[in-house]
Amino acid sequence: MSALLQINDLRVEGRRNTRSPYSPIVKGVSLEVNRGEVLALIGESGAGKSTIAVSSMGYAKPGCRFSGGEVIFDGISVLDMTLEQKRVVRGARISYVAQSAAASFNASLRLDDQITEVSMVHGVGTKAEAETRMVDLARRMQLPDPENIIRKYPHQVSGGQLQRLMAVMAMNAQPDLLVLDEPTTALDVTTQVEVLAAFKDAIRDSGAAAIYVTHDLAVVAQVADRIHVLLGGETVEEGPTEQILHDPQEDYTRKLMAAVRPPPKRTGEGAGSREATDDTVIDVAAIDAGYGKRIGGGVVVQVLHDVSVDIPRGSAVGVIGESGCGKSTLARVISGLLPAASGEILLDGSALPSDVKDRTREQLRRVQIVMQMPDVSFNPLKTIGQALERPLEFYLDMPADKRRERVAELLKMVDLPAEFANRRPQALSGGQKQRVNLARALAAEPEVILCDEVTSALDTVVGAQIIELLKRLQDDLGVTFVFISHDLSTVASFADRVVVLYAGRVAEQGPTAQILSPPYHPYTSLLLHSVPEMRVGWLEEIRETETAQLAAASVVEIGATGCPFHKRCPMAIPGTCDVKDPPIRPLPNGHRIACHREVAELY
Amino acid sequence: MSDTSISPAPSKWHLPELGFLGWMSVGILVFWAFVVIFAPWIAPYEESTILTEKSFDPGDGSAFMLLGSDYLGRDVLSRLIYGARVTLGLAFAATVLAFVLGVTLGFVAGILGGRTDDIMSRINDAFVSFPSIMLALILVSAFGSSLWLLVLTIGFIEATRVYRIARSLAQNIMVMDFVEVSRARGESLWWILKNDVLPSAFVPLSTDFGLRFTYSILLLSSLSFLGLGVQPPLSDWGSMVKENMAALNYVLFYGLKVALAPLLPAVCIFSVTLANNLLVDWNLSRSQKDISGELIA
Repeated sequence: MSALLQINDLRVEGRRNTRSPYSPIVKGVSLEVNRGEVLALIGESGAGKSTIAVSSMGYAKPGCRFSGGEVIFDGISVLDMTLEQKRVVRGARISYVAQSAAASFNASLRLDDQITEVSMVHGVGTKAEAETRMVDLARRMQLPDPENIIRKYPHQVSGGQLQRLMAVMAMNAQPDLLVLDEPTTALDVTTQVEVLAAFKDAIRDSGAAAIYVTHDLAVVAQVADRIHVLLGGETVEEGPTEQILHDPQEDYTRKLMAAVRPPPKRTGEGAGSREATDDTVIDVAAIDAGYGKRIGGGVVVQVLHDVSVDIPRGSAVGVIGESGCGKSTLARVISGLLPAASGEILLDGSALPSDVKDRTREQLRRVQIVMQMPDVSFNPLKTIGQALERPLEFYLDMPADKRRERVAELLKMVDLPAEFANRRPQALSGGQKQRVNLARALAAEPEVILCDEVTSALDTVVGAQIIELLKRLQDDLGVTFVFISHDLSTVASFADRVVVLYAGRVAEQGPTAQILSPPYHPYTSLLLHSVPEMRVGWLEEIRETETAQLAAASVVEIGATGCPFHKRCPMAIPGTCDVKDPPIRPLPNGHRIACHREVAELY
Repeated sequence: MSDTSISPAPSKWHLPELGFLGWMSVGILVFWAFVVIFAPWIAPYEESTILTEKSFDPGDGSAFMLLGSDYLGRDVLSRLIYGARVTLGLAFAATVLAFVLGVTLGFVAGILGGRTDDIMSRINDAFVSFPSIMLALILVSAFGSSLWLLVLTIGFIEATRVYRIARSLAQNIMVMDFVEVSRARGESLWWILKNDVLPSAFVPLSTDFGLRFTYSILLLSSLSFLGLGVQPPLSDWGSMVKENMAALNYVLFYGLKVALAPLLPAVCIFSVTLANNLLVDWNLSRSQKDISGELIA
């Protein structure tokens, strides 16, 4: 029997605008997908993963065109179809799940109408049948209360649920082939586990084939039967999942594997090489903060509750938590962009004005912030040189000729050539921009650099390089880093101390080694267990645990009484955890856990 | 390492791809700019000199009164040429005024936000809620209609529209990460305005300038047509249409040529507004193309 989808020597080329010439994006890739099989396409951004995936529907993105090869779906050549013929196939026989479900639903239509629309348009059975299938699929996707959740509007459900509903929509017309384009990349680890599992079950049950596009090898290990590794539009290698993971043949694949940080070991070996010192550079004391000023003090939406964190000089402090936990808010409060509602920030023991406007230039110089999105953190109209010169001029009053020399030095520090000074940010890749972003912070010769999710927008390989750079800069310059991330593996590999935030409160903080070893706060434990491991079968094991099952039940809620984690906590004590704020249990080396349970119970 | 590779240097400046309509629009605007600047040298006669006693004299086809005379026996061609000066000059001055006022206040409101923004924007809403022609009529009948007052009136009315665009642009730019970076650095609001907000707002604002210029021409011409705009003996396109409307009754006696007196000024208004709109459209589609171009990579 021939394969369901067969792609032979596919070539796609694209151009930036109508003036520029076409350049190749996909340079002769061949692959096949059999019925009931999941093929993963893996590679960095720009490798042509998505382009190949959507070519199965005979679709080329705007500015792109097919220049060679053939795509054969169930015996028919897709590229030779007319648009009318393609329409019949798309949605009904091949369907697509995009990376961002939030952007893929129409905000003003109810979910059920959108989900059944595909079946209606393609005339797959009656509306009632489509609705039955929808509820059934929603149940298989483990959505809570399937009959009612589909009657909601997109903004009324969480991101993870929306992503699953997107898959329900894609599968509703019972397609033969599903194209999943990074469907879990935008999700938190805890949510990702659930969504992955739901996808895997649904694909297996429906007997459909799937193309799964991702850059995350650990995710691939859970869902794929075969892996196809791509680099720059060309095939690197292809093989069964087990073989690619354990016996890669090509250097590039090995490099990809090396970039995946091993999940933090739960034995207590963290990065924490630097000894904790008593010399605190920043002391965050009992901060409350949030958005929207209320008349007469206080905030409308409180994000941070009574957050106290010590940042020792020369250390790297990791701040971790799911989205909505207040990580970025903490960085904004320390930098003064968001003045705290109450509490104090001490820099070297003396109070720092809470509003950036009231800080002296010297105070500002000493604390720098690096933003999450490299693409939007530069003024697109200024050159890299101008962006780097401004802090030199502003903080250090450096004359113009010395500034240019210094810019070259700064670029060198972050491993970029000095010619980049004349470039505009648009000409740089994401990783390069993030390096310049760091260089801009370093230009001020600061004592503390706040890094807000600096690797989140980058590919695994590029992100790993940025982490290496941060480590080197810290060794060379002795700068203190506050490193905010939702990725526990990244934090564990870099930070000396870790602060675990949950719903705007500190759940646990302490030296990295102690955070990664028992006793754990139950939330830390959940986070640790949710980091995907790069081996087949991990997903099944983890779903057996009670922790994961409870965690799936709910999303981060801010401002509840008692311990904010109690709804998701497997160890919650009814009548206590949901009513009273948890006590802080001190352990050696400044390790503190906020929990009603005794320390002995947290092992 | 691929991370440190240098992408190709940005390409050199080259002639924009305007297409036929685009170049035609540029041609029309350059032509009118030329006419405005050199009006006294091009125009065969003074605009208010009465050359013949006959109203709507179609002329004899010679160079004398090429396009005939108007209702007072003045040369239509000369009045059109001087009219271009008044119409386009006043509209341009009013648009510049609208932008100085609207952008300054809009940016202040957008950047400061909060109570200041609330008060400024509600006052502005009150003005915006009047149809612009009605507001203009009220202002002109209250303050009179000297050329300066016309510029002030139209400038003010259009400024209320510009304000809204400038304010929302400023609000959007102020929450961009690169502005946050500048704020965290401790830069003054003035520095941020000058270096981050204004340059980023330039393209959308320049597009709006084109549109606003068109609206100003139309508003001025409407006022003149109603007799409240430019006053005789000065000529402007709007009042020329009104003055010479009666010529349409003479078509039967003098032939079609007399209809040029009221129709040509209308055609002139049409040509400028059309050319302007085409260029605005081109500017918009170009910026959209750049955005989608980014996606391809």
